[in-house]
Amino acid sequence: MILTLAFRNLFHDRIRLAVTLVGILFSIVLVAVQLGLYLGSSRMITAMIERANGELWITTYGAKSFEDGGMLLTQAERHQALATPGVKAVVPLVVRFQEWRKPSGGSTRVVVVGADKEDGGLEPWALVNGSWADIKAPDAIAVDKTYLDELDIEGIGSTAQIGTGRVRVRALTNRIRSFTRSPYVFTPLSRARKLIGAGGSQLTTFFLVQLNPSANAETVRSELRSRLGSDTEVLTKKEFRDRSLTQWLFRTGAGVALIGGALLGILVGTVIVAQTLYSSTKDHLNEFATLRALGSSSGYIHQVILAQAGLSAVVGYILGMVISLGVLWLSRSSPLPLVMTPSLAVALFALTIGMCAISAVSAIIKVTKIDPATVFSR
Amino acid sequence: MSQKQKPILSAKNVKKELGKGAGRVLALRGVDMTLKSGELTLLMGPSGSGKTTLLSILGCILAPTSGTIKVAGQDTAHLNPEELAQLRRKHIGYIFQSYNLFPTLNALENVRIALDVLGQKGYPAAQRAEEVLHEVGLGQRLKSFPSNLSGGEQQRVAVARAIASSPDIVLADEPTAALDSENGHAVMALLAKIAKEQKRSVLAVTHDPRTLGYADRVVRIEDGQIVGEERRPDGLDAPEIADLTKRRKANG
Repeated sequence: MILTLAFRNLFHDRIRLAVTLVGILFSIVLVAVQLGLYLGSSRMITAMIERANGELWITTYGAKSFEDGGMLLTQAERHQALATPGVKAVVPLVVRFQEWRKPSGGSTRVVVVGADKEDGGLEPWALVNGSWADIKAPDAIAVDKTYLDELDIEGIGSTAQIGTGRVRVRALTNRIRSFTRSPYVFTPLSRARKLIGAGGSQLTTFFLVQLNPSANAETVRSELRSRLGSDTEVLTKKEFRDRSLTQWLFRTGAGVALIGGALLGILVGTVIVAQTLYSSTKDHLNEFATLRALGSSSGYIHQVILAQAGLSAVVGYILGMVISLGVLWLSRSSPLPLVMTPSLAVALFALTIGMCAISAVSAIIKVTKIDPATVFSR
Repeated sequence: MSQKQKPILSAKNVKKELGKGAGRVLALRGVDMTLKSGELTLLMGPSGSGKTTLLSILGCILAPTSGTIKVAGQDTAHLNPEELAQLRRKHIGYIFQSYNLFPTLNALENVRIALDVLGQKGYPAAQRAEEVLHEVGLGQRLKSFPSNLSGGEQQRVAVARAIASSPDIVLADEPTAALDSENGHAVMALLAKIAKEQKRSVLAVTHDPRTLGYADRVVRIEDGQIVGEERRPDGLDAPEIADLTKRRKANG
């Protein structure tokens, strides 16, 4: 009967129910979009690091992120690393922002990612046109389909200029997006060096360290640190991922804005639901007083209010998720796609239930003060 | 009716102050009263005489300022609100002047919720609710919502709700006030039947003279004090108490 009464109380006033659901829905969609963007951003920021095949990263001291690796490393560091016990391979990666000159004029920034397939360190993983062999051709590069307009090119065969070097698109990836909004340009190592103005040298942004199966990562890291000196850093994959996230999400304020937006959504949703639940409780106060006079415990009445809140939460969550998934679908081809994971969906449900339970507090306080004697004064 | 039967509810020297400061009113000034099983008692008096205040106190909804209330032998003086609620749901059924039905629940559900409060759930509760609705003559209106029921039918749902849990005491606040003559008589006949056949103690607050004929006992209250009590002599037909009351009044 608790659920029946809660359901009928809710659906008795359709307009108020609509307001409640809009409040929850607004909150769910806002939180889902903000956290979806946060997750999407996080994935974009860390995608290269996750995909790279290596347990440790050697960077120059103070490297901020994958895209912003700072000063270049030399072959001396590579040799020292290779001589370290437990190290199987040291793969050089060149990563650097560079100017992309559009064919029809103007320019934009790109992130040049240079690696050799033979090294097995990092390669474009979602090639939809062309192959790695095509990228090895003179002046060849691979870019992502998402950024063709941004780069002012048609696709395969298009030419442009990066820095002072001519390039031709020979391969396309699909949905390898960049959080910095500067598209990734994949190319072999030597061409990458040329494009960033270090042609002919062996300069490198990162060394990706692959370990022997029996090696202990922490031991190797300590050894590398002592050999390489203080102007380099040796980071685990997790440390480098966290550092990149910190740089782009928190130092730039982007993540704070996303989390702030999500908190605002929770706050607005809670206030709207609390307001409507309170006014619903006020409207049904005589019924609750009657229940009290009939001998119901205060817990029974609280359960009715919480059931109302719970029902609102479930209906609001379902509607909110339908809309959120729609937004997610629409964003899939955008430069910043939203991400929804099962754990985020579960967390959103828990959040909705929690939000509605907190919203019920004011109504519960109101109903706790009911004097059952009011049933005689109607 | 045996006069020596142990009371199911008793009030001794009950006083009640309402309001504060200059607005303070002594609503009850030392009331003694007992209710016994199998009796329909009417509590009559003019407006403001303290009838409803006394009913609220006897029903453990309002606490007296002083005095003793015992329900089924239990002193209510030191019970907290939750314990009083428990006492109410175990021993007392209520019928309200404005019926106080849940507008969003149908007749059957309005009765079931009183059982649900008691912890009686599921099919047995539904069956019991249906049974009492049949008892009050609403077997055909189980699924009707209050807005589709007449005043008399709504009050009968309220009666069904009050007796569904088989309480020892049924307290009714002006049960006929909102009803026409026919429905008023029907509800009073039902209350008298409940008192007689189910051996419950029924107390109805009223100032409706049409109800006199159904009473076993009439208690009169004025200015917060019991000023008289008339009991139907054994062997007297139910409606004759009305004539007796009239005659006693005429004789001063």
